[in-house]
Amino acid sequence: MPLTVRLDHVSFAYGHGPPVLRDVSLEIDRGEFVAIAGPNGGGKTTLVRLVLGLEQPDAGRVELRAERLGYLAQRAQAGVDAPLTVRELVSAGRVPRTRLIGPLSRSDRDAVLDAIDRVGLLPLAERRLSALSGGQQQRAFIAKALAAEPELLVLDEPTTGVDVESQESLGALLERLHRELDVTILYVSHEFGAVERFVERIILVRGELVYDGPPKDLPELWHDPSHAHA
Amino acid sequence: MLELEFMRLAFAAGIVVGLLAPAVGFFLVQRRLSLIGDGIGHVAFAGVALGYLLDLPLVLTALIVSIVGALTIEALRTRRGAAGDQALALVFYTGIAGGVVLVSAAGALNVNLFQFLFGSILTVTRGDLVVIAALGAAALAVIALLYRALVAVVVDEEGARVAGLPVGWLNALTAGLAAVTIAVSMRVVGILLIAALMVLPVVAAGRVAWSMRSTMFLAMGIGLASVLAGITIAYYADLPPGGTTVLVAAAAVLLAEPAAVLRR
Repeated sequence: MPLTVRLDHVSFAYGHGPPVLRDVSLEIDRGEFVAIAGPNGGGKTTLVRLVLGLEQPDAGRVELRAERLGYLAQRAQAGVDAPLTVRELVSAGRVPRTRLIGPLSRSDRDAVLDAIDRVGLLPLAERRLSALSGGQQQRAFIAKALAAEPELLVLDEPTTGVDVESQESLGALLERLHRELDVTILYVSHEFGAVERFVERIILVRGELVYDGPPKDLPELWHDPSHAHA
Repeated sequence: MLELEFMRLAFAAGIVVGLLAPAVGFFLVQRRLSLIGDGIGHVAFAGVALGYLLDLPLVLTALIVSIVGALTIEALRTRRGAAGDQALALVFYTGIAGGVVLVSAAGALNVNLFQFLFGSILTVTRGDLVVIAALGAAALAVIALLYRALVAVVVDEEGARVAGLPVGWLNALTAGLAAVTIAVSMRVVGILLIAALMVLPVVAAGRVAWSMRSTMFLAMGIGLASVLAGITIAYYADLPPGGTTVLVAAAAVLLAEPAAVLRR
């Protein structure tokens, strides 16, 4: 499998603060579906921000071999106050694949509708995002990321504030998208129960890398997200 | 009323500003940067003062200083935390204080200055109108051409950055558009009130709109109606046009509020 992401002895701190990540090394191959788990403040978001180039490591090296990136940030939903429809949101995700000037072409409009259809929101395409449930809003943001036809899809805490049923449904959706689109997925969560049975690999981060392997081999203690506070 | 040339010129300038200010303000409001217009207005005041001092066209010096100020504010804004916020305050207050000192040095601390602080649309000349129309049309054309890219940044700035959009360049462009709007609009509603015309129509439109696109067009409609109604009311009631226009826009927000309540 071609390599998509490599972190080589990466350490990072915000400003002059304490280190958030220490000596993290890992490799992620193309087409993998990986959960990055760990407690709040453990460095999960920082890890993916380093992968995406939004932060630069203090030490070590980050290598990213993917050109088309889709990113659902932890607080991306903050924009739902804006009076935008699902179609407008997903169209915004298509912009990186088009020229900047002028309207969307017919094929781009079709790609937008296809992305909306893939997450099951086509009947709600003209609805305002603020009128949708939390789970539907997350699906809309995933469709936005898909509209750019990403090679690497990074989802940071996509189930925050979403009910358990929607979490299960979102996990199943991501599993299907992973299978159909052959996209590499990094799924960040402190509650990884919803995707545990779909992912091939869990990376547990708590300031450093404390586990990297298949979910079935994860020690029982660490299935409880509160382990970090012990 | 329209048989008077100064009124025809006022309405023509008002149409440009009524459409342009909310169109640019739309992007600022959606990014929760509503007050940046005020900050650029402060800096524009220093530009007007510089024009008095150097005896240059005031719109030109205000435009140049506003663009420099807007780009500086945008650069500082991208800094994190309180330091960035304090740096913004530094630019705002340096602008207004520098303006006071410069205008005093030019010996222009007089009634003429009030035209720029509070607007003086009834003194717009044909030459002013040509400048206002040219800059306004250019700014609206840029917005029309880059609408999708600007919206992509508004919707999710970090996602757009990761996906490879030139976010820094687009943000600088938005700041530049805000600077042009303020330079163009200062004769109409004044430096101290222009930010209101950029923000209030967008807020009113957001109460009743059903999409981003409809918000923008409704905001432009409300901005245009506010300016036209403001000038008309000011003419017949002998009121200051700038302040009257902004009060009409504020009334539009109040009138739209029931629609927002019903929608919930």
